[in-house]
Amino acid sequence: MSILLDKQSRVIVQGITGRMAQFHTKEMVDYGTNVVGGVVPGKGGETVQGIPVFNTVKEAVAATGADASLVFVPPPFAADSIMEAADGGIRYCVCITDGIPAQDMIRVKRYMMRYPRERRMVLTGPNCAGTISPGKALLGIMPGHIFLPGPVGIVGRSGTLGYEAAQQLKDRGIGVSTSVGIGGDPINGSSFRDILERFEADPDTHIICMIGEIGGPQEAEAAAYIQEHMKKPVIAYIAGLTAPKGRTMGHAGAIISAFGESASEKVEILSAAGVTVAENPSVIGETVARVMARKAA
Amino acid sequence: MDIHEYQAKEILAKFGVTVPPGALAYSPEQAAYRARELGGNRWIVKAQVHAGGRGKAGGVKLCNSDHEIQDATNAMFGQKLVTHQTGPEGKGIYRVYVEAAVEFNRELYLGFVLDRSSQRVMIVASSEGGMEIEEISENRPESIIRATVEPAVGLQDFQAREIAYALGIPPNMTQQMVRTLQGCYRAFRELDATMVEINPLVITNDDRILALDAKMTFDTNALFRHPHVAELRDKSQEDPRESRAADRGLAYIGLTGNIGCIVNGAGLAMATMDTIKLAGGEPANFLDIGGGATPERVAKAFRLVMSDSSVQAILVNIFAGINRCDWVAEGVVQALTANPVDVPVIVRLAGTNVEEGQAILAKSGLPIIRANTLMEAAERSVMAWKNDRLQNTKVRAV
Repeated sequence: MSILLDKQSRVIVQGITGRMAQFHTKEMVDYGTNVVGGVVPGKGGETVQGIPVFNTVKEAVAATGADASLVFVPPPFAADSIMEAADGGIRYCVCITDGIPAQDMIRVKRYMMRYPRERRMVLTGPNCAGTISPGKALLGIMPGHIFLPGPVGIVGRSGTLGYEAAQQLKDRGIGVSTSVGIGGDPINGSSFRDILERFEADPDTHIICMIGEIGGPQEAEAAAYIQEHMKKPVIAYIAGLTAPKGRTMGHAGAIISAFGESASEKVEILSAAGVTVAENPSVIGETVARVMARKAA
Repeated sequence: MDIHEYQAKEILAKFGVTVPPGALAYSPEQAAYRARELGGNRWIVKAQVHAGGRGKAGGVKLCNSDHEIQDATNAMFGQKLVTHQTGPEGKGIYRVYVEAAVEFNRELYLGFVLDRSSQRVMIVASSEGGMEIEEISENRPESIIRATVEPAVGLQDFQAREIAYALGIPPNMTQQMVRTLQGCYRAFRELDATMVEINPLVITNDDRILALDAKMTFDTNALFRHPHVAELRDKSQEDPRESRAADRGLAYIGLTGNIGCIVNGAGLAMATMDTIKLAGGEPANFLDIGGGATPERVAKAFRLVMSDSSVQAILVNIFAGINRCDWVAEGVVQALTANPVDVPVIVRLAGTNVEEGQAILAKSGLPIIRANTLMEAAERSVMAWKNDRLQNTKVRAV
């Protein structure tokens, strides 16, 4: 078993007829993901690469038994699509879209609260690269071949920086149980803490690699959780030591606006919680390997 | 996106917040004329720049006559105002706002922000207005009142009354305070703001609640549905390099170092800057060319980075995941062949087909310095930058 996504997951792609969505749908299918349908209002009855398209999520779920969704819908309409997935019976949704208004995401989060916990959809993203359980399934836009199956759980905000970590692990023959992108937006579906909880409970994950950056309280929340509740070792890297205060560094959420939001403060908070912090991005793989060796000894 | 004080006041006034009478001027003569139109005999002239801390920096002046207004604004127009928020380069003053001076007996602080912990809109208020919120939280933290707004139903009147009572607003003015809070919230909500700040919000000697200053920041991701807000963008207040980049769909932030960076992905771009610093150098910029790294984007990025005259070396760091390193390498070669640069270029590629990519760079005959890891790339960039500087100094010495 892996967290959030495995070989049994039945996936629909919302916005499947878009050019990028078609490209990544093919990549996901080639990786072995069980893509059972697509949803585009007004295009019900068509097919994309042999995959049936439905007008609504509810129709897609009824016809295919889908339980996971990838939202590939332009920013003005993405929040609506996430809410449709939440209402349509989807259990796990990844939203790739970059540029969703923050207040739309506030409404999405509020809307999801209307479902009791046991029926509430899990959302990761938006503005993320997606989730992969190597060797099983891919729900996102990351290159599948840089991930080996294995014991490391990866959770991070950034796409390419996460690839960097996965590649360094692969170069050392170290594999990944699941890699989850939580995205670079200020209001996101799942926090570091949410994903850490799942990794702590997952028997296939033995060590966690957390890749954070400047801005927001979620790294500090994660540190408190790690200190109080986690037995598995966590290694972290935080990007943005040289980022100036008050400037948005590409990701809408990467902005230092309060105490505890700079990279050096986050490194300090995580170190104090017992997390091994890699001091530069080139040694993430090396640091994971070292901590794994220490754990084995 | 930031807007000017006068624009924020115009917006908030439409939502029921009371502001002092005021008028905008583009020249000292116009400022004096505007003051006369407003009437009275005491005015405040305020430099309109996108930064706080204007008062201490000399951007706000109390004037008692036409002459004083002309003198004060003469000293402002065309100057750069340097406040603790602008950086040493300051921000140009091209507009001033003239307001009738107001007698008041209390200064309050009122802010609306997107709170990332509760993932809701949060109201922050304090009876200690006039100083900045950072100072208030340091000196008078007990004075700070916080309330979050339930997004499904919006700000409730009882919450607004609670804030009014906690601030010690006199009972006959509670309703005015509720209207002010509701107005700010509605403006925030309806126009997709990310911040509304009124500091100070004053209580006048004649029992009115007035916004003496106002600041609004908007969510750039939501400007598509607010064309009237988008129109308020003032490029004179932006770093010209950043404006140019934003207009071309690139995320660029100018910094003060000498090593230019071209990277795909925001996280990787920050990590690249950090590694340069660790290697003993200083990054000249943040630049995320997006996940794709097409040859066109690489070429645009080189032109943009080279437009900064302090750049003395360029580090290109691309992780090719879905696309391939050989394709990215061809893009780099094309860009450098079409527009040769006179500073060392260090390229680090990672991901798919990395060997093929390296081979293309090697075969190109261009003086590209190659690196395998990010640390190696940063060290080579710093070394190349230092050597280059050394050679240039020697040439000048001869």
